[in-house]
Amino acid sequence: MWTSRHATSIWSRTRAVPGKRLLLHLSLSAGALLMLYPIAWMIASSLKAENEIFADPGLVPSYIEIQNYIEGWFSLGQPFTGFFLNSLLLCTAVVAGNLVSCSMAAYAFARLRFRASGFWFAIMLGTIMLPYHVTLIPQYTLFFNLGWVDTYLPLIVPKLLATDGFFVFLFVQFIRGIPIELEEAARVDGAGSLRIYLTIILPLLRPALVTGALFSFLWTYNDFFPQLVYISDTGLYTVPLALRTLLDTTGDSAWGPMLAMSTLSVVPMIAIFVFFQRQIVEGIATSGLKG
Amino acid sequence: MRTGRTIERADVTTPHSKISYRDRRQNLPAHLFLAPWFIGLIVLTAGPMLVSLYYSMTEYSLLTDPQWVGLRNYERMILADDRFWASMGVTLRYVVIGVPLQLAFALAVALLLNRGIRGLTAYRALYYLPSLLAGSVAIAVLWRQVFGLEGAFNVVLTGIGFDAPPNWIGNPDTALYTLILLRVWEFGSPMVIFLAGLRQIPAEYYEASALDGAGKFGQFFKITLPLLTPIIFLNLILQLINAFQAFNSAFIVSEGTGGPLDSTLFFTLYLYQEAFTNFRMGYASALAWVLLAVIALFTAVSFLTSRYWVHYDDGGR
Repeated sequence: MWTSRHATSIWSRTRAVPGKRLLLHLSLSAGALLMLYPIAWMIASSLKAENEIFADPGLVPSYIEIQNYIEGWFSLGQPFTGFFLNSLLLCTAVVAGNLVSCSMAAYAFARLRFRASGFWFAIMLGTIMLPYHVTLIPQYTLFFNLGWVDTYLPLIVPKLLATDGFFVFLFVQFIRGIPIELEEAARVDGAGSLRIYLTIILPLLRPALVTGALFSFLWTYNDFFPQLVYISDTGLYTVPLALRTLLDTTGDSAWGPMLAMSTLSVVPMIAIFVFFQRQIVEGIATSGLKG
Repeated sequence: MRTGRTIERADVTTPHSKISYRDRRQNLPAHLFLAPWFIGLIVLTAGPMLVSLYYSMTEYSLLTDPQWVGLRNYERMILADDRFWASMGVTLRYVVIGVPLQLAFALAVALLLNRGIRGLTAYRALYYLPSLLAGSVAIAVLWRQVFGLEGAFNVVLTGIGFDAPPNWIGNPDTALYTLILLRVWEFGSPMVIFLAGLRQIPAEYYEASALDGAGKFGQFFKITLPLLTPIIFLNLILQLINAFQAFNSAFIVSEGTGGPLDSTLFFTLYLYQEAFTNFRMGYASALAWVLLAVIALFTAVSFLTSRYWVHYDDGGR
């Protein structure tokens, strides 16, 4: 995309002063180190003995203290295994719901004709900006009366109904970029909208679906507020809820286990980031830009 | 663009003004595909908005029926609720200080990274990673440790010679600033958007101005900055909306209290306490509408002033 002209011209300009480039690299690396220091410190401290955490801000433990992990894993009466599985279950359901419902809506907005489509599209964009809190309490009373509080339904069902407008928008933008000729040919062959959606749109939408799946997984995994509101049964606790309870019960007395569990809780996110770094960063860049 | 050619052909045979049977049949697939979204819109967004507006004028504790009180919730909020004003002040300070700082860092680092350096992808990934994690409970827990009385930050300060540094999260004067720092730490995501914007600026502009004898500073203020204003605007809107709704960091760092002395009582945290600790659902609904109004006000001001500082240059797109 950009590598051609812009890059080369600037490149040659900077190459003219090698000392300056070295300085640039040094300061950028120093900045990156500073940025990542808190995370590195968290990982290092999770392997330290309690008294060493407070005595030494360095990154190398004098000996590796695995005990923090064992203690933390079992400190809430039930092991963290269940909390991780709960988070995984919730995230998977949300990802599936978002991909299906949002791609369906996006197909209609991008390709199908219906009355006042522009108006409805504007409404959809408006919902992206709407703060969650405005609908929170009536939604809560609705789910409360349905007996859904303390289940995952209030967290999953809205996703089946394409309430995450951001993903609808992301997919609409992508579908508009798909050449329409394929669909026209399919229509001539007698294919209906459903077949076109299943056999043409969905396969071609794959890159956007991957981006959507990644973000919906990461956001749900981190999404503390709705989980805090709807889930109070420890058996249904997700990772963030378990961390919060661990903080409340052990307070400031057991930082080792606390940091050990915090470290484990970010491992899935870091792993996803390492594997899908390009899709995530490009996803941010393009969806932001096209807005 | 949006309609396929087959459908346009149908337009020719059926006049627009009348909705014939044929037209309705054309609409049918769209309606089916939109059904989930539409149900969600009515049942989970539009309906609840109306109900929330109604609740905001009632006293309602979830277990008894709502009691109509007119505008009394709003009246009490404005005239007699110190915590409302405290939380509003905290949130405004968080947004007004945090967002510009975050965007300034994002822009500065994006400019440094946009010099055709080797390893751009690696740097970009490293600077971005904190944004991905910063909203998590784990990082808020970490912040609570790092900026506590005996936290890592103070260990470093003592190590380089400071005597008895304060408890940053325990002191009402500094607690909010630790949360602002956490927000600034998340500058990676606006940075990525800035980088993408910087790449859209055609190289010829720089070449032409270099021929005219423009220096680096001149180029920055005459080319880069003006052409980047649409992206600055976009980032501003995104981060404003996001920052007004911040919750996790304050909730975890203050253990749900918004303390010390309400100094980290984010608006959303106050709303949460009113709704789910005190079960004042009516009052909390009123708070939600005030939050919406404040966000709308900030967004509207950004849009209205944008014509004076945002430049749309067709050559640059």
